[in-house]
Amino acid sequence: MSSESMPIAGAGNLPGAARRVWLETLHEWLITVDHKKLGLMYIGYALFFLVVGGIEATIIRIQLAVPHAHFVSPEVFNRMFTMHGTTMIFFVAMPVLFGFANYLVPLMIGARDMAFPRLNAFSFWMTAFGGLLLYFSFLGGDGLYGAGSAPDVGWWAYAPLTSKAFSRGHSTDYWTVSLLASGFGTIGTAVNLVATILSMRCRGMTLGKMPLLAWLNLVMSGMLLFTITPLTAAQIMLMVDRYLDGHFFDTHAGGSAAIWMHFFWIFGHPEVYVLIIPCFAFVSEIVPVFSRKPIFGYPVMVAATVAIGGVSMSVWAHHMYTIGMTSYENAFFVLTTLAVGVPTGIKIFNWLGTMWGGKIRYAPPMMFCLGFLFQFLIAGLTGIMLGSAPFDWQLGNSYFVVAHFHYVIVGGILFALFAAFYYWYPKMTGRMLNDTLGKWHFWVFLIGFHLTFDFMHIPGLLGMPRRIYTYEPGRGWAIWNMIATIGVAFQIAGILIFVFNLVHSYFRGRVAGDDPWDAWTLEWATSSPPAACNFAVLPEVRSRRPLWDLKHPEDPDWKYE
Amino acid sequence: MTIPQTLPSSPWTLPSRGRVGMFCFIAAEASIFTIFVVAYLFYLGKSVSGPTPREVLELPIFSSVCLLSSSLTIHLAVEFLRKGKSGAFRAAWGLTLLLGAIFLAATGLEWRRLIVEKGLTISTNLFGTTYYSLVGLHASHVTGGLIGLAVVMVLALAGKVRPEHSGPVDVLSLYWHFVDAVWVVVFTVVYVIGR
Amino acid sequence: MGRSWGRGGAKAFAVLSAPLCLGQGTSPRPGNIFAPASTPAEMIYGVSVFVLVITGIIFLAVFGLLVYAAVKYRRREGDDAREPAQVYGSDQLELAWTVIPVIIVLVLFIASARVIHQVQDADMPAGTVQVTVIGHQFWWEFRYPKLGIITANELHVPLSGTQNPRPTLLKLLSADTDHSFWVPRLAGKTDLIPNHPNEMWIDPRIEGMFLGQCAQYCGVQHAKMLLRVYVDTPEKFDEWVAAQKRPAAAAPPAGESAAAGRRLFETTACVACHRVAGTRAFGRVGPDLTHLMSRATLASGAAENTPADLRQWIEKPDSIKPGSLMPAMNLSAKELDEVTAYLLTLH
Ligand code: HEA
Ligand code: HEA
Ligand code: HEC
Ligand code: CUA
Ligand SMILES: [Cu+2]
Repeated sequence: MSSESMPIAGAGNLPGAARRVWLETLHEWLITVDHKKLGLMYIGYALFFLVVGGIEATIIRIQLAVPHAHFVSPEVFNRMFTMHGTTMIFFVAMPVLFGFANYLVPLMIGARDMAFPRLNAFSFWMTAFGGLLLYFSFLGGDGLYGAGSAPDVGWWAYAPLTSKAFSRGHSTDYWTVSLLASGFGTIGTAVNLVATILSMRCRGMTLGKMPLLAWLNLVMSGMLLFTITPLTAAQIMLMVDRYLDGHFFDTHAGGSAAIWMHFFWIFGHPEVYVLIIPCFAFVSEIVPVFSRKPIFGYPVMVAATVAIGGVSMSVWAHHMYTIGMTSYENAFFVLTTLAVGVPTGIKIFNWLGTMWGGKIRYAPPMMFCLGFLFQFLIAGLTGIMLGSAPFDWQLGNSYFVVAHFHYVIVGGILFALFAAFYYWYPKMTGRMLNDTLGKWHFWVFLIGFHLTFDFMHIPGLLGMPRRIYTYEPGRGWAIWNMIATIGVAFQIAGILIFVFNLVHSYFRGRVAGDDPWDAWTLEWATSSPPAACNFAVLPEVRSRRPLWDLKHPEDPDWKYE
Repeated sequence: MTIPQTLPSSPWTLPSRGRVGMFCFIAAEASIFTIFVVAYLFYLGKSVSGPTPREVLELPIFSSVCLLSSSLTIHLAVEFLRKGKSGAFRAAWGLTLLLGAIFLAATGLEWRRLIVEKGLTISTNLFGTTYYSLVGLHASHVTGGLIGLAVVMVLALAGKVRPEHSGPVDVLSLYWHFVDAVWVVVFTVVYVIGR
Repeated sequence: MGRSWGRGGAKAFAVLSAPLCLGQGTSPRPGNIFAPASTPAEMIYGVSVFVLVITGIIFLAVFGLLVYAAVKYRRREGDDAREPAQVYGSDQLELAWTVIPVIIVLVLFIASARVIHQVQDADMPAGTVQVTVIGHQFWWEFRYPKLGIITANELHVPLSGTQNPRPTLLKLLSADTDHSFWVPRLAGKTDLIPNHPNEMWIDPRIEGMFLGQCAQYCGVQHAKMLLRVYVDTPEKFDEWVAAQKRPAAAAPPAGESAAAGRRLFETTACVACHRVAGTRAFGRVGPDLTHLMSRATLASGAAENTPADLRQWIEKPDSIKPGSLMPAMNLSAKELDEVTAYLLTLH
């Protein structure tokens, strides 16, 4: 466990070792505490749930394609969007980002593992267990036909809909317990990442010389410590209400429904930045390499991230502009919400500055990054519209919001993730993802994304609320919904190409070598895939781009930093 | 390609991961408690039926003194361990354990009194719900801490805790200090402001 | 009201949105938030256009720069392998793109805060119509405390002229879970939360019917918790009020079938949930049926108020609104005819 006592050479993955039976391999993966294996498990787990959540989304979209459709019943529809939202946020976005963080952070800071490898395994299994619990709910009822007794309270589970009176049976209990369990896992991961980044860096890597990815994950983990915990606390309260007849959210006993909203969004808003910050991290690593320039304004990037982390803790009530807060409260939250746009803008401009004057190479990672930049810009600006409380009185809880957040989440997070896949897959497997398939994936998914989510803004402006299983004709909504549904077909095709590429390239891909992108950070200094101990000899760095220094001894970075 | 390891030029020290981890954990715990405290304060006086805190709560002075002094004893214990005085370490550590146990027992008695004599349970009213949740959350942390302390105690009695283990022991003591500090907040909120 | 910038912005916006036909469309887009018909909606419209214009400009500027950089600085054929100049940052530039956004944010904040204040802290003139709106799973109850009227699902309010404004103040309550009152052309939405009374106001300037619906997820049939607001001229409104005040019993049902229906209605569980003023029915679980026939729709807009739909509704509510809280009563065909006949007399 401790780094000093590791053997020198990368003895872990040596070929020629006797072929092991698959059972042994399975056993090895089940008991592993290696950050790379755990990282890959997180990623695989999240990809599985992406397909599950995507199928749920497809059901939603088919039902909404035309007015008065009868594809699913209202009960099933409500379960679908609840499960879709919960799955996508907690069992796709979080795990996949933790997976990348797990895999990359120790490599990029020149460490041999996370600070607490066992805690790391524990966190993964808690998260995995949480997802299983959530889906076990399907079996708790009448089976798949009636969609079991899956939760149907929406992913924010507003009180008092979650009380025993309105939510009989155990679906809400499954929801609560599942998020509680995965929440503990998340806290573990956050503690682990902070400890790793603060205590495990290789010689010479001061905080100011860390790769941005490490910095951003540090901020993300720090935020998690303060934001996932309110959710945990609120879930405990909900359980007290449901199991012990407590009254936290019991409006008949003087309890408040609004306090749940506050607790949920004190978690929920920072959560969305928890999801986007690691994506900023991917972009901040990939754009420089493909523009052949260092990141523009490193210190400001760090400061902006910290600012986003800090300010975003005070904006939660912009999800609650319609609950009847006083005008002062509303105005306060408008100010803080809009203020987040400033550091976020700084980031966009700094990426622009990085590209400016470079020699941009359009391989798939960079293409996805560019998609991210354009789409995140639009998504952020629709966020600003929502942030203006009066505008939100109209837009809130409408399809405009659905469009806004899918623009950030699919157009931003998913695109950045795809970029990360194309960029680091060679490191993880030793083989390149296929370029041509990557370009097909990019264009097909891009078209699908824009068909679905561009046109989704419009029914929102025309008064279409979200979370409705059907709607009346004659409102002007039908055509836009139809287009949005058609877009999903393209998205499915795109993701199928991607999955095919992942599998195909694993066996047939071009062998990557250690450093296929001619990059600059430490993970490219070790073999692909890295040996169990990561580095045969622990590295020492003198600048933010150690491999640049190595490749350009005549003009090393440390002279300027 | 490998990065050549140059000669160790400058000293390179980083904070201990145990301490960093524990501080993070404490930060997370603190924000869980914050939410419960906020809920408690928010619901003060909002119960639609009795009993009220004023009617039933009594100040737990003795047990609070016990718990707070255990912070001192655990601090001393760690110091003793560091200096290699294992006998004194065991005594101070055992005392900490005892003081914590007294606190827990007192909480148990208090709850018994409230439930049996005053008829206040977690489902009686909002006050009951928030009171048992907040105090119970704290008590469960005391319990967790006591289990940790007890494990170290057993190891110490077996002679397995030596000065070089003062790092992990110190980290555990951080947790215990936190549990005590939270009690100061809970005490103020429940028994001073809330009464 | 922010007309000064609202107007200029509105023009710019009309140009921008022309291809999407978002303009002041009438019937095909009954929920268009850009076709306000009441002061709160209009104020919101004003600030919305302002925000749209500002964000539109930001979008064009940043989008343009991104495209420029992406195209101009791409690697070209036959490029030498040399690395470009390594630039680490620029203090002036970074300062510039911090300060300019800060200013934009402040401007947007002030514009928003103004409208927040104007909408939320407005004083209501004397003569304001007061309505208590109670959200139920999955229908709306409207009570006019001063007028002594109780009705459901279709709200009637008077036209509010510019000369003699007569706004309507809505007190929002909930009987069960959260709901949200949203009629886009009249005002933004405000939630109905149990144990948390809220208020909002409207002062419609156009006569006619405005559509809206529940905008906060409230359970199975959240989708069919539709909402209609009828804006009547003062005379028509007064007529409506007078008609609603009349108890039903004043006119005993003519015809045998209807009389039998009434007996049936009053001896079945219907009375436990429904009220018909002047009879023994005073339940509060379901909508007030005293003047059911004055409404154009049934069950919160789930069906037209026609005899056939009414009969079907009583026979099997789930066939029209699956998951609604009204149970099927298992009445025989004859009984159904009779109850329907009775309900048809409730004008
Ligand atoms: C990763 C996820 C993510 C991100 C990054 C964001 C970013 C932002 N979001 Fe979004 N949001 C969600 C995910 C996200 N959101 C989700 C999931 C929901 C719905 C949850 C639910 O209800 O189910 C939601 C809902 C939501 C609401 C509530 C709507 C409602 O329900 O009524 C609001 C309201 O203020 C809002 C605002 C914002 C703002 C202001 C930003 C800002 O951070 C954007 C900042 C970026 C920019 C502004 C662009 C770049 C900046 C410049 C080019 C500089 C110049 C610009 C200015 C000076 C303005 N979001
Ligand atoms: C990480 C977050 C995330 C992601 C990635 C997505 C992705 C998608 N979402 Fe999701 N969505 C949410 C988070 C997310 N969503 C949240 C939080 C809510 C709110 C829930 C609530 O209100 O409580 C929501 C709500 C939501 C709604 C509103 C429901 C409602 O209010 O009634 C809709 C409607 O169109 C929708 C659609 C989609 C679509 C089409 C995709 C697509 O991008 C998905 C594309 C992916 C796939 C399609 C998978 C690929 C599948 C295969 C390769 C296998 C083959 C597939 C089939 C055979 C079908 N989402
Ligand atoms: C358990 C309570 C209950 C009983 C019993 C009940 N109803 Fe209802 N009724 C409701 C509820 C709740 C609604 C509103 C449903 C909705 O819109 O979601 C309703 C709606 C209606 C409506 C539509 C009202 C409107 O304004 O659109 C009619 C008509 C009606 N009921 C008639 C009857 C008749 C006739 C009977 C008896 C044979 C009956 N109800 C028995 C609860 C009940
Ligand atoms: Cu009522 Cu949704
Ligand atoms: Cu938010």
